[in-house]
Amino acid sequence: MTGRRSCALGAVALVAGWLLTACDDPSGSGQEITLYNGQHVQTTDALVSAFEKATGITVNVRSDDEDTLADQVVAEGSRSPADVIYTENSPALEYLQSRGLLAAVDASILTDTPSGFNSPQGDWVGVSARVSVLIYNPSLIAASQLPTSVLQLADSRYQGELAIAPGETDFQPIVTSVARTYGTAAALTWLEGLKTNAGSHVYPDNETIADEVNRGEVGFGVVNQYYWYRLAAEIGADHVHSAIAYFAPGDPGYVLDVSGAAVLRASTHQAAAQRFLAFLVSRPGQEIIAHSISYEYPIASGVTTAQPETPFDQLQPNSITIPELGDGSQAISLLQQAGLL
Amino acid sequence: MTTTGIAAERRIPAVPARRRPLPWPLLGTSAAVAAVLLAPLAFLLIEAGGTGAGTIAHLIWRPLTATLLWNTVRLTVVVTALCAVIGTLTAWCVECTDLPGRRIWAVLVVVPFAIPDFVVSFGWASISPLVQGFQGAVLVMTLAVYPLVHLPVAASLRSADPGLEDAARSLGIGRVRVFLRVTVGQARGAILGGCVLVALVILAEYGAFEILGYQTFTTEIFTEFQVSFNVPTACALSLVLVLLSCVILGGEVGARGAGRAQRTGPLAQRARRRRRLGRATLPVEAAMLMLVGLALGVPVGAAVYWMVAGGAPSLTGVSILDAGWHTALYSGCAAALATVAALPVALLAVRHAGRAGQLLERSTYTVLAMPGLVIALAISYFSERYAGGLGYQTSVLMIAAYAILFFPLALVGVRASVAHAPVAMEEAARSLGRTPRAVFVRVTLPLIAPGLSAAFCLVFLACATELTATLVLVPTGVQTLATQFWAYQQNLAYGQAAPFALVIIAIAAVPSYILARYFDRLPGRTGDPR
Repeated sequence: MTGRRSCALGAVALVAGWLLTACDDPSGSGQEITLYNGQHVQTTDALVSAFEKATGITVNVRSDDEDTLADQVVAEGSRSPADVIYTENSPALEYLQSRGLLAAVDASILTDTPSGFNSPQGDWVGVSARVSVLIYNPSLIAASQLPTSVLQLADSRYQGELAIAPGETDFQPIVTSVARTYGTAAALTWLEGLKTNAGSHVYPDNETIADEVNRGEVGFGVVNQYYWYRLAAEIGADHVHSAIAYFAPGDPGYVLDVSGAAVLRASTHQAAAQRFLAFLVSRPGQEIIAHSISYEYPIASGVTTAQPETPFDQLQPNSITIPELGDGSQAISLLQQAGLL
Repeated sequence: MTTTGIAAERRIPAVPARRRPLPWPLLGTSAAVAAVLLAPLAFLLIEAGGTGAGTIAHLIWRPLTATLLWNTVRLTVVVTALCAVIGTLTAWCVECTDLPGRRIWAVLVVVPFAIPDFVVSFGWASISPLVQGFQGAVLVMTLAVYPLVHLPVAASLRSADPGLEDAARSLGIGRVRVFLRVTVGQARGAILGGCVLVALVILAEYGAFEILGYQTFTTEIFTEFQVSFNVPTACALSLVLVLLSCVILGGEVGARGAGRAQRTGPLAQRARRRRRLGRATLPVEAAMLMLVGLALGVPVGAAVYWMVAGGAPSLTGVSILDAGWHTALYSGCAAALATVAALPVALLAVRHAGRAGQLLERSTYTVLAMPGLVIALAISYFSERYAGGLGYQTSVLMIAAYAILFFPLALVGVRASVAHAPVAMEEAARSLGRTPRAVFVRVTLPLIAPGLSAAFCLVFLACATELTATLVLVPTGVQTLATQFWAYQQNLAYGQAAPFALVIIAIAAVPSYILARYFDRLPGRTGDPR
């Protein structure tokens, strides 16, 4: 009996030990970094495998929503298992920077990206850019009927025709931009109008907006440009029943968002982590972004997009800067007051 | 021993009269299990309490809360009512009528429970844009969870006393009224129990509503957690959810109250004559076919359709084999852990029916009231803040979380089998000079083994289809079937998501078949008409 029991105990200990180590640490030897990935999995997968091939450094990827990951980094503090965080938008990185959780990016890496697209403080580097647009279904609403200013989205004539995803991190920069131009009181009234107009077309994410507009469920919605291109690539040109339209040049709704990456202060693999950042903004890394189905704009090392999009230098976005976009907390507060969050 | 389940349960109060000494090891183990299960609730109170009453009041009394409350409550009420009707009718058709092919129907009407709700809503939403919002949520949830009413009602009808129906009929009461007043009356406890499960499942559901674009408390807790760097907000909203669950659990206790069905005699459960459907046979068959077609055919059909029609793969991800292996590994370990942990609690509650044991048992059910996400957050925060990051983002924590989440399911299964195991056999073994340990291993364990395996299957099934806690706790670099399906579905890569949906369904179908067989063999199977 005792023999059998100690045997069973041994087996349990063995399984537990194996679960703790082998399963979570697939390679065991060689250099290894952990990436908290808030970017689209498609984009990251291609970049990570090219980096692994070029450097021999293994990258463990944990993918989730960028704010969830930022939140996790804060909770983990100095014990964070992450070495690098890669996000879709700048606010999450600005937030971590303000909490002193990021390490300075090597100066040589920062010079690869034009300075306006990096953290002014130098704790994160810009990797790619996206721009907010309208996606619309021409069979439901003519291009000439679309709003040209973001304020018009709240016009009562668009009631029932508008789709928004207020929970998306991509939506916050637009709210911040409207508040910067027109003040918080006007921004709140505007959000309330949006809520009325959207009615039941308040969706969880931009993918859903693109899909529903394309299927003719709703006339138009606010998304970042690359969602439409990705939808087209996913479902095939034959099934595309939608198009994209830009706001008027310089309009507060015409916002350029920067996707960036940073090394965590808590990282115990600083050198390898900095190499990953260097790869993201290097020519090979940027070429992957330019040619993959991510459809974001490469912004570093002089690489331009190879996709059939409006060329980057022809975009005419609002003048809002990264420090002005901030950590998004003002936008969240406004969204909560309007009952959209 | 040929006593029926109910008769055996009725004997329980007699046990303490034999003055068994209170078993301290059993009590200690059970208390430890209960303490672990109550930890998430403690986390909620600590996190929400740390923000101060003012902030919480501000968070709860914002305009969105009213919308969420309205959305959550009306969906819960409508779906629960629909499930009560559908589940009772299917159970009656399968157990009490001469419906042709009822043995096959008995299995087919239960299988939809094995399909994760997020796969059902994916199936519907991907083929028809009309399925969304409130109506979509009602349709999808009703089809996904009505088996939770069907199962207990079928079991209850099987062991019900047909004598009452005969008596009512002999008094000249019409068929419909007999069905409504006697048959439904006898199954009332089971219907209510099923309804409570349905309501709790709807409160905690996330994936299905996210796909359908329907906002409830749980989807908002998720958004809150994702968007606003704000765990306290999520916790404050969770407390509202826990409160709603308490209302449901309390309401059930209140509604159960009076009107308990009694048997006409000690052996009153006898083979009943099945109700002849006659000319109604064809319409009933058609209705069953339609129900199974909608609940089972649509999700499976949609998955097959997308697998065939899906475009070129746009995402790289782990292989199905790898994801399937991790799903099976985590679910298997968690099911074993939960079943083993449930054993002392069940033994204590059934064999030593003292107040302490009952309190311990009841307290473990509070886990049901919390969404998986909240429990996952609680566990990872406990490990981060109080345990120095021990086990953080490892499989061990993932498995522990599953075991905590689905402990009540294990307890239900284990408890039933312990209650059915005759104490007299153990006592006979003791009187023959066997040690307590030998009695446990040689007598008790074999007696309750079928129940243990049922509990294992139930937990395995729940783990394999779990999504929200998995998304938070899964080790870095690992994907399970559910997380990989979710990643593809979120990126509109339906063609790539579909095979994962099918494998989840296939994996979940095995334990549900075993479960169906187990319930089929429980005492009180109705005899066929002669």
